[in-house]
Amino acid sequence: MPTSRTEFAYNSKVEGEVVVSQADAVINWVRSHSVWPMPMGLACCAIELMAAGGARFDISRFGMEVMRFSPRQSDCMIVAGTVTYKMAEVVRRIYEQMAAPKWVVAMGACASTGGMYRSYAVLQGVDRIVPVDIYISGCPPRPEALLDGMMLLQDKIRKEQSAYGLLTPRPREPSLVTGRP
Amino acid sequence: MDTIVDTLKSKFPFVTPRPSHDQPAVNVPADHLREVAQVLRDDLGYDMLLDLCGVDWDQARPRFGVIYHFYHSGKKTYLRVATLAPDSAAPAVPSLADLWPAGDWHEREAYDMFGIHFEGHPNLTRILMWEGYPYHPLRKEFPLAGIETELPAADTAAATGAKVIAAPMMGGPFQAGTQEHHHMSDAEPRAGDQSWTESKPKPGQKG
Repeated sequence: MPTSRTEFAYNSKVEGEVVVSQADAVINWVRSHSVWPMPMGLACCAIELMAAGGARFDISRFGMEVMRFSPRQSDCMIVAGTVTYKMAEVVRRIYEQMAAPKWVVAMGACASTGGMYRSYAVLQGVDRIVPVDIYISGCPPRPEALLDGMMLLQDKIRKEQSAYGLLTPRPREPSLVTGRP
Repeated sequence: MDTIVDTLKSKFPFVTPRPSHDQPAVNVPADHLREVAQVLRDDLGYDMLLDLCGVDWDQARPRFGVIYHFYHSGKKTYLRVATLAPDSAAPAVPSLADLWPAGDWHEREAYDMFGIHFEGHPNLTRILMWEGYPYHPLRKEFPLAGIETELPAADTAAATGAKVIAAPMMGGPFQAGTQEHHHMSDAEPRAGDQSWTESKPKPGQKG
């Protein structure tokens, strides 16, 4: 019969009661391992995006398995496919509804440059309407390429100055209803 | 094989046979199209409108036409009906959307791409391009790359400065490779002008 329980949790006697780090490091560590994607699946790239979510490639190894179909709950919009001029408005509107911090990944040739669709109907690169952080080549890219791109995005997030201005008071934005701060 | 063509010719003096390699085909003047279509559906059993498409005959007058494909689900036979819009400047043919509901969206597509007006259509609006787009892209004079115009969403255009542009063609439309390829990447679609790529630097640029 056991007389004492083995302690698996954080042991303050071993670690000390204070962890010294930088705010940037902590914030970026949290953000880069919990990138909830907004799957903007518009063409065949979305099939590869789905494969990346499956068991074989398993995007959840990077904390990105929680595909959010609501822009308000997602951090990173993965534009997977051909963006037509008619759809450009929707992509922009969904991007605007995402809460900061937010990132955009242009997955594949079409989202990056218009790809093979040099045509009257296709937006020649999604970077014309939203700021793109990572471009992934391929037509469509394999899931490995997507994972590589998402790891690049993690590297980029880790280098951001997330804590800059965090402690200085910012002026409140005027209310949409009253117009007063 | 051409019994349906003979039947139509005997019923309607204005119907003429149309040269065809595969299925029976007839020409019908646009002002008699609904008359013939009604008989085709109610008396002759052509119960499906499989497809209709606009055609731009370029230099010919009348310039625009519409080609219909009908199907007889009992006999399992097809019939092609071709008509021409008499006015080349403002092409118009009667709508068949009330006889075959399948005609609804197809007529909207032909209107969107060619500017052919379907008289009597319940909702003749664009179906592929956005409302307010100033061109009909499948007309012969319209370039594949497109013509610069405004984005459909004014707020997106104001926030980003983006426009609908003439796409950079780089020597022609992108095509998949046709010859033998040793690497899968060589078979990916590419432009006609490959004078500079990832491996070959731009002219005037240091490699």
